[in-house]
Amino acid sequence: METNQETIFQDKVDHEIKIEPKDWMPEKYRQTLIRQISQHAHSEIVGMLPEGNWITRAPSLRRKAILIAKVQDEAGHGLYLYSAAETLGISRDEMYDQLHTGKAKYSSIFNYPTLTWADIGAIGWLVDGAAILNQIPLCRTSFGPYARAMVRVCKEESFHQRQGFELLLTLSQGTDAQKQMCQDAINRWWWPSIMMFGPNDDASPHTAQSMKWKIKRFTNDELRQKFIDMIAEQVKVLNMRLPDADLKWNEERKHYDFGKINWEEFWQVVGGNGPCNKQRLDARKKAWADGAWVREAATAYAEKKASLNPSKGGTSETV
Amino acid sequence: MNVSNIKNSQVSPSEGFREAFTLHLADNALIMGHRNSEWCGHGPILEQDIAISNIALDLIGQSRNFYQYAAQLFNQSTNQPINLATEDSLAYLRDVRDFKNCLLVEQPNADWAQSILKQFFFSTYQYYLYQQLQNNKDEQLKAIAAKALKEVTYHVRWSSEWVIRLGDGTEESKKRSLKALDELWMFTGELFEPAFYETTMNIDFVLLKEGWTKKIRSVFEEATIDIPVENKWHQTGGKIGDHTEHLGFILAEMQFLQRAYPNSEW
Ligand SMILES: [Fe+2]
Ligand SMILES: [Fe+2]
Repeated sequence: METNQETIFQDKVDHEIKIEPKDWMPEKYRQTLIRQISQHAHSEIVGMLPEGNWITRAPSLRRKAILIAKVQDEAGHGLYLYSAAETLGISRDEMYDQLHTGKAKYSSIFNYPTLTWADIGAIGWLVDGAAILNQIPLCRTSFGPYARAMVRVCKEESFHQRQGFELLLTLSQGTDAQKQMCQDAINRWWWPSIMMFGPNDDASPHTAQSMKWKIKRFTNDELRQKFIDMIAEQVKVLNMRLPDADLKWNEERKHYDFGKINWEEFWQVVGGNGPCNKQRLDARKKAWADGAWVREAATAYAEKKASLNPSKGGTSETV
Repeated sequence: MNVSNIKNSQVSPSEGFREAFTLHLADNALIMGHRNSEWCGHGPILEQDIAISNIALDLIGQSRNFYQYAAQLFNQSTNQPINLATEDSLAYLRDVRDFKNCLLVEQPNADWAQSILKQFFFSTYQYYLYQQLQNNKDEQLKAIAAKALKEVTYHVRWSSEWVIRLGDGTEESKKRSLKALDELWMFTGELFEPAFYETTMNIDFVLLKEGWTKKIRSVFEEATIDIPVENKWHQTGGKIGDHTEHLGFILAEMQFLQRAYPNSEW
C-alpha cells in the first residue's frame, strides 16, 4: 500500500503535477517542507529587523516610504509562507515557538549588523538579489501552496533588488563620503551574501533527495555561480569593486572564477556566533512576549462577542 | 501675509499663515507616521505589524504632499530664493522650535494600548479636520485632504476597533487602556485650540471638537471606558513650537544623515 502511494506520489512529481495538502505524501517530504518553508518564513520576519533598524533614520521622505513599504512586504512574505506551512499540519504558534527556542533556523545573513545607510542598499541589491535566485526555482516547486506563495514573493523581491541597486547608484554618484559608504557596505555584505546559497554541493547531503522531490531544482553551487556572474557585471555600473582579489572572468568556463569562501565563519554564524544572532532572536522574543497581553485581549474580546451573538459564532473577527 | 506683529519669534518673515498652517499639517502627519513606523518589525501580531506600518506609510505620504505644497509656497514668496525649499529641507533641516505638530503625536509609543489610543485620538481629529478642509478655498489643501480622507477613514476604523477590543478585552488590557488615557488625555485639548495661523484658514473649531467628542464618546462607550471630565487645563504649545522633550530625540534620529552629511543627494 505504502509503496504504491509512494509510486503515485513520485509519478506526480516527475510529471510536474503539484502535490496539494490533502494528497498523500511521504512523511519525510512533509517534514522537510515544514522545515524549509518555516525557515523561509522566519527569515522574512527576522529579516525585517536589520532593515527596520534604519526606518527612523532614512535620509529622505521618499527613502523612508520605500523602506517602510519594503519591510512591510517582507512581513507579507512571512504571512504567505506561514500559511503555506500551516497546510502541512503545523500552527503558526508552533513555528514561532521553534524560532524562539532556537530549534528552527533562519537565514544567517540577518545576523550581520546594518551599520550605515548604504547597508540598506546593499541588502536590497545583494541579499534580495541572492534570495531571488534561490526563490525563482521555488515557484515551480512540487508542493502547490509553497509554489503559489513564491510566485507572489518573487514579484516583490525583484522590485526590492532594483530599489536597493538604485539606492547604491545614488550613493555611487554622490560625495566622496557617500562613495566610501557604498564601497564599505559592499565589502561587508558580499561574502555573507554568497554564503546565502548554503554549503558547497559536496557538503550538502540532502540535495539529491530534494532534487528528486523537486523541492530543489538547482544545486547550491549552481545558484551561487549564477549570482556571482550577475553581480560581477552589475557592480561595474556602480563603479565599485567586489572584495575578492580572485574574481576573474574565465573564458573557458564562461563564468567568473572567485576566491575561497570562509566556511568557518559561515558555520559559526549558523551555530549562533554571528555578530547579531542574540539581538535578532531577543528582538523577536521580546515582540512576542510584549504582545502576549494584546493577543489575549483580542481573543477574549472575540469570544465575548461570539457568545453574545451566537449566530455569528465561528466567524468572529480574526486579528 | 505679514506676520511681523506675531509674538512667536519662530515664524520667519517669509512664513505667512498659509505656509505655517501647511507645515503644521505636514508636521502632524510626519511625526505621527514616524512614531507608527517605530513599530515596524516589533508588532504584537504579524497582521497588525503590517497594519500599523501601512498607516505609517499613509501618513508619511500625506506629509510629503503637504511639505511639497509648503515648499512651493515658500519658493514663490521669495523673489530669488538662495536655497530652494523642498519636502526634505522642510522635514530634515528645521529644528524643534520650528516644528508645528501637536504635542499628542510626539508622545512615545509606550505600549500597544497607548499607541492605539494616540492613533484613535489623532485619526479622529484628522478625519473631522480633513472633512472641513476638503471644502477649503485653497485648492491644494482641498485636494490633499480629499485624497487623504479615504485613508484616514480606515485609520479611524482600525484604531477604534482596537480601542474597543482592548477596553473590553481582559482585565490587563483594560488597565493598560486606562493608563494610556491617563497619559494622553491632557494632550487632546490642544487639537481644538487654534494657533494664530489657523484663525484665517476657515476652520470651524467648535464643529471640529463636536464631531471628535461625539466619536470618542461612542467608541469609549463600546469599549466600556469612562470619558474623563473635561479638563480646564491642557498641555498646549506644539502648534507654535513649544514642544515636549520627546520631539528633540525624534528629530535627532530622523535628521541624522542629513545633518551629518550636508548637501548630499540620497
Ligand atoms: Fe522577502
Ligand atoms: Fe525582499
